[in-house]
Amino acid sequence: MSGEDFLYGEDGIRINVGMSTCGIAAGANPVYTAFVKAVETHEIDAKVVNVGCIGACFAEPLVEIVSYDKPGVLYSNVNPDDAETILGDYLMGKIEKAWAIRDYTGAYQMELNLPVLDELPYFKYQVRDAIENCGIIDPENIDEYIHKGGYKALAKALKMTPEEVIETVIKSGLRGRGGAGFPTGLKWKFTRPVTSDKKYVICNADEGDPGAFMNRLNAEGDPHKILEGLIIAAYAIGASEGFFFVRAEKPLMGKRLQHAVRDALEHGYLGENILDSGFSFKAEVILSAGAFVCGEETALMAAIEGKRAMPTPRPPFPSTKGLWGKPTAINNVETLAHVPKIIRDGPDKFAEVGSEKSKGTKVFCLTGAIQNSGAVEVPLGTALRTLVFDIGGGPYEGRSFKAVQTGGPSGGCLSEEHLDLALDYESLQAAGSIMGSGGVVVMDNTSCTVDVAKFFLGFTTAESCGQCTPCRIGLKRMHEILDRITRGEGKLEDLELLKYMSTGIIDSSLCALGRSAPNPVLTTIKYFEDEYLAHINEKRCPAGVCDALIKGYHVDSELCKSCGICVKECPVGAITQIEPDKKALINSDTCIKCGQCYTACPFNAIKEVW
Amino acid sequence: MKPIEIEDIIDGLLSQHNKESSSPLIPVLQAIQNQQGFLSDESLRLVSDKTGASLSRVYGVATFYHQFRLRPEGKHKISICRGTACHVAGATDLYKQLVKELDLSPGEDTSTDGLFTLQEVRCLGACSLAPVVKVDETVYGKMTAKKLQEILAQYREEQQ
Repeated sequence: MSGEDFLYGEDGIRINVGMSTCGIAAGANPVYTAFVKAVETHEIDAKVVNVGCIGACFAEPLVEIVSYDKPGVLYSNVNPDDAETILGDYLMGKIEKAWAIRDYTGAYQMELNLPVLDELPYFKYQVRDAIENCGIIDPENIDEYIHKGGYKALAKALKMTPEEVIETVIKSGLRGRGGAGFPTGLKWKFTRPVTSDKKYVICNADEGDPGAFMNRLNAEGDPHKILEGLIIAAYAIGASEGFFFVRAEKPLMGKRLQHAVRDALEHGYLGENILDSGFSFKAEVILSAGAFVCGEETALMAAIEGKRAMPTPRPPFPSTKGLWGKPTAINNVETLAHVPKIIRDGPDKFAEVGSEKSKGTKVFCLTGAIQNSGAVEVPLGTALRTLVFDIGGGPYEGRSFKAVQTGGPSGGCLSEEHLDLALDYESLQAAGSIMGSGGVVVMDNTSCTVDVAKFFLGFTTAESCGQCTPCRIGLKRMHEILDRITRGEGKLEDLELLKYMSTGIIDSSLCALGRSAPNPVLTTIKYFEDEYLAHINEKRCPAGVCDALIKGYHVDSELCKSCGICVKECPVGAITQIEPDKKALINSDTCIKCGQCYTACPFNAIKEVW
Repeated sequence: MKPIEIEDIIDGLLSQHNKESSSPLIPVLQAIQNQQGFLSDESLRLVSDKTGASLSRVYGVATFYHQFRLRPEGKHKISICRGTACHVAGATDLYKQLVKELDLSPGEDTSTDGLFTLQEVRCLGACSLAPVVKVDETVYGKMTAKKLQEILAQYREEQQ
């Protein structure tokens, strides 16, 4: 062993347990405890480490055992009861129960029976930069980040002039990863020359898009990387103070960032005269009280100033008049995560992957009706099909792909015809959607696009700050029309009315919330008009979601295999199995039309009554 | 909580807060809510007195953000995720089930026995486990109507 000793226990073994919010929710806490105990039982000195998430949420709880001289071995969906056996077998060189191995080296018996992690479909297409350390290093140990090359970029940047730093970032082609995709270097370039007694940098970690958790995963798993990016941004624009604006619903992210700030201060990466450069900077974590509109920069700054988070007209832009009226640069977590590597390895390295106008990689959160859900980092320009089918494994067995929603409530619903679309800022916009923060929610034949459009409008209506009329009242009226359609009371003219209102709201709202809120409605009408027409003309929801239209359920006894799953799933005991062949029967008087049996039946034997 | 305790929280935070960087108003409201579970009329008045912000501004902020509530909470807080991934996985039905099970009248979020408060949250960021329900600090993933019933029963049993 060499300078890496501190990563392992005395016996050269390290056990990484993925303990991000998602891992903990999947049961990582008892798994961690079980491994601590297993280490004692086997009387070895191993280090059990609480690490972040490698993004393979479907495989959690996830454990990786690494020896200093052997490649890591990964175990998926780990049950705490198995910890002792897993470790015991591992110590004897037996790893056949593992999920994957980092590399083939001949270190273990029959290792060729296991797949190499990076060759699994889920990882094969990934190029990891922003989240490269997540799930590998201890996020609360600054030495592990430094060991991975951390804070070298800061040291290098401080020897460059701020203008050189800005030029490097401009040259890399890095664009904001939070939504609009504005070139990061340019944002800094506009803020740099403004003279002021004080300037601020803000890291927007108020991840509010439902279905997006890449910022949480990134900051929970590798907080120092984000902090290093923020310090470099501060040096570039000449800011003396900075904030992490963290969503209160994601408390672990705030805790990890706070921890990182404290450690960086102790190590001299923050505070007065950083690394003897003469540059001083302090950073602080602020917990947001929660408002989706804070994604709008001017609203976010109002929140830090202790006001209601209401956007203000631009200009003036934050680069000239931002927080407390001072020049301010605001960057998303993922944007900042790319900065250290751009400085350290040069802009060309970053631009090696990606498409012509969208350089580098992007983390997408793949969720919904898909087999392998989680967070993946792929080059911009990767085809949607690769993301959904090759990486995500496509829809569940017996279901078919229907739609994919990108960019959260401000994005759009794309259909099968878009599967070959390249995921970059321009292509998504041309199709009527947006990149947004990178949330990708997959829907199958059991999702209703009209219902989804209504869902998003319900969201944006509730999240509208209320100060401008088109957004406050227009969205509400659109939501009412959609609600009417899903209840079978829609009229054919409603479609034109929805489109007309959308155009008006897009043209006249003050901020991006209102200007993008109609996107889900416009795209679903454009790509799934048939589904709207079925609701309006036939009073039928083809996906069987809109329950006001469903009169009830019945069992097709030809298809029923008497398995009894529906009986177990029914929350009100409305299903009984009738002798002699135990076919299921639904009692329509007790049935609450919840649809649990419909979803649960593996044989599609439960049918709607319209 | 006694007014004197609320005063202590406010004073404690104000004394260490750097007002030149960020406003103390939201952190103060967050601290009070963490302690007493909601923001009482009395605490809003105290915050206004101590920070110098007008009562209308304090109230305006308290009613704007999702985190703040102005009514007392039940013993256990059930947060049901209404994010997109949970929505397409059936969160609406679970929500309806909870409203029914807790027997909540429109506009009410706390059961009459004071055991549960039901809160809709936007996204807990555990989308791969959708649909997700959180009770206090425990996250339950891949929720079904049946599982939800069992969980409620478990908390009710503990109470007795």
